[in-house]
Amino acid sequence: MKTFTYRTAAGVADGLEPGATFLGGGTNLVDLMKLGVATPDVLVDVTRLGLDDVAELPGGGLRIGAGVRNSDLAADPRVRGQYPVLSQALLAGASGQLRNMATTAGNLLQRTRCRYFMDATMPCNKHDPGSGCPAVSGDHRNLAILGASPSCIATHPSDMAVALAALDAVVRISGPTGERTVPVTELHRLPGDTPERDTVLEHGELITAVDLPPLEFATRSTYRKVRDRASYAFAVGSVAAALQVTDGTVRDVRLAFGAVAHKPWRASQAEEALRGRPATRESFLAAADAELGAARPLRDNTFKVALIRNLVASVLEGLS
Amino acid sequence: MTTTTERAVGQPIERIEGPDKVRGAARYAAEYQVGDDLAYAWVAQSPVASGTLNGVTVDPLVEADDVLAVLWHGNAPRLAEADDPELAVLQSERISYRGQALALVVARTFEAARRAAATLQLDIAEDPHDTVLRTDHPELYAPEKVNPAFPAATSSGDVDAAFEAAPVTVDVTYSTPALHNSPMEPHATTALWAGDDLVLYDSNQHPPGIAATVGALFDLPPERVHVITEHVGGGFGSKGTARPNAVLAAMAAKVTGRPVRLALPRQALFSMVGHRTPTIQRVRLAAAEDGRLTAIDHEVVEHSSRLFEFAEQTAVATRHMYAAPNRRTGHQLVRLDMPTPRWMRAPGEAPGMVALECAMDELAVALSLDPIELRVRNEPSVEPESGVPFSSRHYVECLRRGADRFGWHDRDPRPRQRREGDWWIGTGVAGATYPTMAQPSTARVRRLAADSYEVSIAAADLGTGARTILTQIAADALEVPVSQVRMRIGDSTLPKASVAGGSSGSASWGWAVTGACRALRSSSSSSSSSSSDEATFDSSELIEKQEKDGKHAFGAHFAEVRVDAVTGEVRVSRLFGMFAAGKILNPRTARSQFLGGMIMGMGMALHEESVLDPAMGTWVNHDLAEYHIPAHADIESIEAEWLDEQDDQLNPMGSKGIGEIGIVGSPAAILNAIWHATGVRIRDLPARLDKILPHI
Ligand SMILES: Cc1cc2nc3c(=O)[nH]c(=O)nc-3n(C[C@H](O)[C@H](O)[C@H](O)COP(=O)(O)OP(=O)(O)OC[C@H]3O[C@@H](n4cnc5c(N)ncnc54)[C@H](O)[C@@H]3O)c2cc1C
Ligand code: SF4
Repeated sequence: MKTFTYRTAAGVADGLEPGATFLGGGTNLVDLMKLGVATPDVLVDVTRLGLDDVAELPGGGLRIGAGVRNSDLAADPRVRGQYPVLSQALLAGASGQLRNMATTAGNLLQRTRCRYFMDATMPCNKHDPGSGCPAVSGDHRNLAILGASPSCIATHPSDMAVALAALDAVVRISGPTGERTVPVTELHRLPGDTPERDTVLEHGELITAVDLPPLEFATRSTYRKVRDRASYAFAVGSVAAALQVTDGTVRDVRLAFGAVAHKPWRASQAEEALRGRPATRESFLAAADAELGAARPLRDNTFKVALIRNLVASVLEGLS
Repeated sequence: MTTTTERAVGQPIERIEGPDKVRGAARYAAEYQVGDDLAYAWVAQSPVASGTLNGVTVDPLVEADDVLAVLWHGNAPRLAEADDPELAVLQSERISYRGQALALVVARTFEAARRAAATLQLDIAEDPHDTVLRTDHPELYAPEKVNPAFPAATSSGDVDAAFEAAPVTVDVTYSTPALHNSPMEPHATTALWAGDDLVLYDSNQHPPGIAATVGALFDLPPERVHVITEHVGGGFGSKGTARPNAVLAAMAAKVTGRPVRLALPRQALFSMVGHRTPTIQRVRLAAAEDGRLTAIDHEVVEHSSRLFEFAEQTAVATRHMYAAPNRRTGHQLVRLDMPTPRWMRAPGEAPGMVALECAMDELAVALSLDPIELRVRNEPSVEPESGVPFSSRHYVECLRRGADRFGWHDRDPRPRQRREGDWWIGTGVAGATYPTMAQPSTARVRRLAADSYEVSIAAADLGTGARTILTQIAADALEVPVSQVRMRIGDSTLPKASVAGGSSGSASWGWAVTGACRALRSSSSSSSSSSSDEATFDSSELIEKQEKDGKHAFGAHFAEVRVDAVTGEVRVSRLFGMFAAGKILNPRTARSQFLGGMIMGMGMALHEESVLDPAMGTWVNHDLAEYHIPAHADIESIEAEWLDEQDDQLNPMGSKGIGEIGIVGSPAAILNAIWHATGVRIRDLPARLDKILPHI
């Protein structure tokens, strides 16, 4: 572990010196530092900036401060009532202790659990650009089936982010050149030839909040996570969904997949295929197929295609 | 004189050191305060699986920074010849596996040691490596013995002819992955030299063994090495002998002249301290129409390292489980560029009984016979291979009583019949066995003032409750309440104890303790002037004379699982074990041993797997986030019960070992239940959802 200095951020506009990194709850970043995968010179603690409120937005919806702890967000009555998918996704992640520390921004920006990435002694294009991707021929059972590249097949491991992607959440950012907003679905990149970059954030850009737009039918929403043991395991595949059905017809739907890509995967093609269709198992499966047509599984993760397909049908049947 | 009305043995007495552990007052190897000049060590491990280390360069800037020494084979002190080549650390340029200790950094602070280790330049000439176990490996060979001294192959009757003639046969191959013990407390040593004597605060299962082994490497007789092991946070076999941490810490202390602490990081527990070998096991069973076995054949392929041969006794349990006139067992090994496998809870029995007990389930299906009835019909009257009568064997009773308690009888034998919502539900059964052993040990008892006694033996308590049980045994033998007995263990300078392994600790140490306490009582009850305040007892002679064959504990496991038809996820709704393991010395600690074993068996069936990357030549999951064991939420209903088994041919307590039998058979019961739920036979462990999903 490299020696580093620590300071608390003086304000939202404090920014980052070269070699510095923001510190949230530290549950991912500090692990990676101990493993020698993250080697910042300076940690700038942003948990005391007062960004820890969940506030109602004037036109409806919620503004979630970047520093709100995962446990608090999951327990917020407005979240539980209006966006159950988000509360469920949060509670499906990590453990009670970790959720007490983890922040909204930190959760969004947590890094892949690819086993080569997390081992500094291994080659990996993400932690050592140009060193290669051993996962393609090696261990990739839990890596991407959608949107991957020959350079990197990592998945984004967050549960929360999948729910946020389904809910059209928007990330509020404050940076050296001012403020901007980015939809959660566009925050994370696909790996392409530069897998070392997880997101579109520039150095020094701070996430200040995540806005949840109003979505009435999100009261009928859910998160289903599949994992290798009953708890305390990252997803092998997950689905976040909200569904609005009138007279047996799908009026509207939100659908996102987890543990399948370098980003939380908003299933827009599936949504498109569903709107206006009868709310039947056949339509749900056809919608899943529309999205999964682009899947390019590898030797040991082909099962994810069938898994997500089954999940989509099962989750939407449950909501309809 | 005080008399006790109730015997202590058999009482559910709480762990004596429990309050200390809860308060954090119990000290572990890396927690001793040993002076202001304590230095810290960090191991630099090999990034390649095979090759030569030609040099180690230290960044001069780093060296100035708190670093006291950087040791590698180019400058490390020479050690005497080691029986265990894994302990010849920093002695040779040869790299035999990825993760091997290549250099040791010793620094004033833990952080400086770790940082400097990360900046070392290792000049390595890499060789091609081979880490994959396969049945067609050209270098497979049959070892002479399997662990610890069983013949590798046995054969009787005409197995091939029996298969030709049999109306019903099963021929199946089961494979189990490499597994890692990874106890909660990592392997750790705090070492210091007191003059020419070596003091080791070390986490291990055998303080006198560590003293002898480490002493020999430094040309010291065992009595010049003082090993202190007050508390151990689990070992599961991986701390049975000295591990490189003890040798490295001693070496670093010698070179720097300071006390040195070395606690292995979690990741190093997945390379430097042993693992359970992966196995590929072919089991063939031949039976008559009535279910009586006519032949059993169990052939195992497993690995060892380039460094030395460790041959796990995977098929040995098959030699005494069931009667059959024609039988064969065999083991073949291949030496790979891997760390050396070691003991891991029920080495041999745990993986071996997966294959045998699942094959028995498959045979029951082929015969349309209840799997319990099939086992009952093949109950042997004497140990089948040795011909020696069993000292006690209540396997059938475990199956029958267990079936009653579990509610087996209304089971529909057909698979894929019960569905509740998305869940397929099924039940399975499997047998359990573990050898009953005792090893020579010595104990000493002293009468202190005011009716209190001090009993000493160099045993180790791995968290199992050994200290408590020995106190109970001593109290009964002295006929005093437990409050009058002070038990001293965990120190190599105490009378010599055998290893806490092979589920033999309580039997071996309890024997010596009983002997010493009885000797003290008989000397004090005699009115002669030879009455003394101290007695010592060595069980070696009695144990040498004892018949070794025919002594085993038995049990039966029952599992109810549900398998999600949408996802292939498996959950164990109920796990029930019924055991016949002699006299149960302390029902509280025994229960947690049985349950712990069963939970580890659940892990073996469903979760545990060291994932090999052949190109990298190593396992790529090496922490407890990625190497899964059952979480609390995986345990729903779990229960262990036992029969009241009397056996006076074992040891003075009439006890059998209970530390390991819980993991034997429980994985097979779960796999058999998965089949019953879904009709899917998983023959390649663990039974992950991706292996099940395509078939449901
Ligand atoms: C054993 C284990 C199991 C886990 N299981 C799960 C699971 O099942 N599901 C799941 O979803 N997660 C799981 N997690 C991950 C956990 O959710 C994340 O570690 C956590 O959400 C990260 O939040 P944090 O605040 O601690 O982030 P940190 O570790 O503090 O930071 C993470 C990243 O975010 C950056 N960052 C933090 N705040 C800001 C900000 N305001 N603006 C810009 N950048 C910022 C940091 O620089 C860093 O790069 C698990 C973690 C562990 C250790
Ligand atoms: S998949 Fe991505 S993160 Fe994993 S080894 Fe390849 S490049 Fe690294």
